[in-house]
Amino acid sequence: MAIDIGQFVQTFFEESLEGLDVMEAGLLALQPGAADLEQINTIFRAAHSIKGGSGTFGFREVTGFTHVMETLLDQMRNGRLEVTGEAVNTLLESVDCLREMLVTLREKADIDEARVEELRTQLEQLLKQNEPAVGSAAPVAPSPQPPVSLQTAASPKQPAPDIPGWRIAFRPHPDLMHRGNDPVRIFRELSALGELTTLPDYRRLPSLADLKPEDCYLSWELELRGDASREAVAEVFAWVEDECDLRIEPLTESVSADEPELLTSSDLPEPPAPSEPSAASKPPAPSEPPKARVSAEEAQQGELVRERRKSAERRTSMAAADSSSIRVSIDKVDAVINLVGELITTQSMLSALGVDFEMGRLDKLHEALDQLDRNTRDLQEHVMRIRMLPVGSVFNRFPRIVHDVSEKLGKLVELRISGEQTEIDKTVIEKIGDPLVHLVRNSLDHGLEPPEERLRQGKPETGNIMLDAYHKSGSIFIEVSDDGRGLDREALLRKGLESGLLKPSEEYSDEQVYDLIFHPGLSTAKQISDVSGRGVGMDVVRRNIQDVGGNIQIASQAGFGTKITICLPLTLAILDGQLVTVGQDCYIIPLLSIIESVQARPEMINRVAGRSEVLRFRGQHLPIMRLYELFSAKGAVTDLQKGLLVVVEADGRQIGLFVDDLLGQQQVSIKSLEKNFRRVAGVAGATILGDGRVGLILDISGLVRINNTVL
Amino acid sequence: METRTTSLTTVGARNSKRETVTEENLQYLTFNLAGESYGIDILRVQEIRGWMPVTKVPNAPVFVRGVMNLRGAIVPVVDLRLRFGLESVEYTKITVVIVVMVRSEQHGDRTIGMVVDGVSDVLNINNAAEIKDAPDFGAAVNTEFISGLVAMDSDMVMLLDVDRLLSIEEMFALENMRGTESRSVVAHAS
Repeated sequence: MAIDIGQFVQTFFEESLEGLDVMEAGLLALQPGAADLEQINTIFRAAHSIKGGSGTFGFREVTGFTHVMETLLDQMRNGRLEVTGEAVNTLLESVDCLREMLVTLREKADIDEARVEELRTQLEQLLKQNEPAVGSAAPVAPSPQPPVSLQTAASPKQPAPDIPGWRIAFRPHPDLMHRGNDPVRIFRELSALGELTTLPDYRRLPSLADLKPEDCYLSWELELRGDASREAVAEVFAWVEDECDLRIEPLTESVSADEPELLTSSDLPEPPAPSEPSAASKPPAPSEPPKARVSAEEAQQGELVRERRKSAERRTSMAAADSSSIRVSIDKVDAVINLVGELITTQSMLSALGVDFEMGRLDKLHEALDQLDRNTRDLQEHVMRIRMLPVGSVFNRFPRIVHDVSEKLGKLVELRISGEQTEIDKTVIEKIGDPLVHLVRNSLDHGLEPPEERLRQGKPETGNIMLDAYHKSGSIFIEVSDDGRGLDREALLRKGLESGLLKPSEEYSDEQVYDLIFHPGLSTAKQISDVSGRGVGMDVVRRNIQDVGGNIQIASQAGFGTKITICLPLTLAILDGQLVTVGQDCYIIPLLSIIESVQARPEMINRVAGRSEVLRFRGQHLPIMRLYELFSAKGAVTDLQKGLLVVVEADGRQIGLFVDDLLGQQQVSIKSLEKNFRRVAGVAGATILGDGRVGLILDISGLVRINNTVL
Repeated sequence: METRTTSLTTVGARNSKRETVTEENLQYLTFNLAGESYGIDILRVQEIRGWMPVTKVPNAPVFVRGVMNLRGAIVPVVDLRLRFGLESVEYTKITVVIVVMVRSEQHGDRTIGMVVDGVSDVLNINNAAEIKDAPDFGAAVNTEFISGLVAMDSDMVMLLDVDRLLSIEEMFALENMRGTESRSVVAHAS
């Protein structure tokens, strides 16, 4: 039977990329010098499954590369290699490299082999650093010894000839036996591999009164003699891997072989230090800046966007097998299945009613229809929820970015993330990633002051960057805030005046001044750095956010920090709409953007400069937009007092839309007008109304923009 | 060879690899428009439906009557009489909308409806040589979307290239041209 392995490749890529995220998070949490064994194990496991998967699918480059990483991690795990900051950085870079490899492979493009090779050499160098330490300390077996130990770790399948056996430190967690695992069974299996001696450790055993009969209090030192491979030994413990602390080391007998083992742990901290600059620290140093500069520039100049588009094009040109997928929690799917069950019940109820309907059962019909209404609404809500992903998937990348950038800028930064469970539509999530990165970079580079300056200002040395996400009134808010120096109002004002965007004669509110940072070509950064300051970018940020129907606002206080708030719609696919008529046509205004609807009285309307009309409304003067004029509709009400004015808000501006009448409110699903036609100014999309006809949904921020350009 | 259904409403937009083959049996759906017969490649026809009121799209070219709901998809409807610059007529019971698939390099496949006076028949052409090139009428007649002519008894059928005829971009470009012309006329008048 031939199995089409191709269908699993996509899953492999997804899982591997997730594995890389796990590795990255683990590496960032690793404290050099005081490595948490469990942490290293997690990273190792992730690397291991990537290696395994890539082997299965024949991605030899990935297998080879992960293998070296794995070896390094394995040595760390066994305490043979020390966890240095440098090693962690190299591993982080390797994770990046691996991610790129996977992405290029997925797009069936060519891998940047030079980069892979370079990192691989670095990794190997880190591994080799271990050697001279061993070699010099154990002159009895100068060079052949380390490669052997390396090899056993590297390719566990080969039996190690000169290792007489294994020493296993097996320390089960107390709840080991709850899962039906039994140490005795493990020992029995081990004894089948060779001669086993067990040395139990009773120290954890409590007094009889405290003893829980189902808990495991013992731990063991095991010695297994024989030529079993490391893999075979590890295999025995496969089931209990997560429920015990396990260390498998080659058994060493003679002094000569024992010595390096001891020395590696004691001698290592010193030898790598002198060899560092020459061997491994140099290569990453020159390689890093260009990379960082490239990525910074890309983000700034919208190259990234172009790059994305290019790859997106490449992707669409490929088969449907490449379509993106999401992982959905079982709960969500179950909820939908339950609802479908209810819907079916309602449906059968309705068909039973319909078989021989009489007017006497009208109540029952109404009841069933109400139920149908409820079912449909619930089902819709739950189906939409399937598309929702926690915003944490975007936030997760920030610890890394902050780690990298703050190191480069020499700033001390603490990143606080909250609200990562807030769920957002998948398409929105994809779109806000880059803008958020840009905002955080900006905060790091411009917002936060260097440690000395912070101290001088009486602030704690470590700066804070906060990322927060929350739901509020049908929208999702994401906040990026820092406690840095805040926006320089004066500098912005000056720039604004210089470039002619602001007029010297007028007074401007803070908001209007801060708004300038979204203007292309304006940057207040004193010098252009790798990270940001080219004055390109914030406009891209705003555009990206507007593309998904959101908006962005800035609050800032000099010396105390800046807070940028992004407001996003909950979903892109469905909205609550208010139906309005203009002449013969029916349009939909998104309910969220409506402030109020008023019938204008003559005294509320003023004319400015003879032509443009202004509505006096709650102490404000709002421009009036006659929709029938804009849409050249015939037969519409033209007398302002006869129709209605719908006050809408977008991008912080309000305008009054003049319509004939309001109809009902309705939830509408947004359909693309562009797919078969093209974009129409002032129209965000189309939908199917209750009677099967098409209704056009108004693009409020588009209308506001049109209004601004007309005026 | 695939079996081809002649029932008009069920002809799907099947793979049109046939387009390049000349020896094969070519089929065209013919329809009436202002007394003339036109034909379009039947493989482009998705369905034929009676005229139903559409939703007007603001500031669209005059010949785009609006958009309709085609089982959940939003499909623009073009009045072919207006597209050809002919007098528009009142829509009757036999006025139909032929829903066709329009290919475009940049924008992919689009589904567009076109209003015609009535459909007539399926035209079978066994030999590609029967299709004659459209004669050059000079600048007076725009022939760029006529892909060929076929003689049918006493009648003549003009075969249309729907990709050119119903290109949204071209329609808007045309409208803009007209718009500026009419505006300049107004300017002269005033």
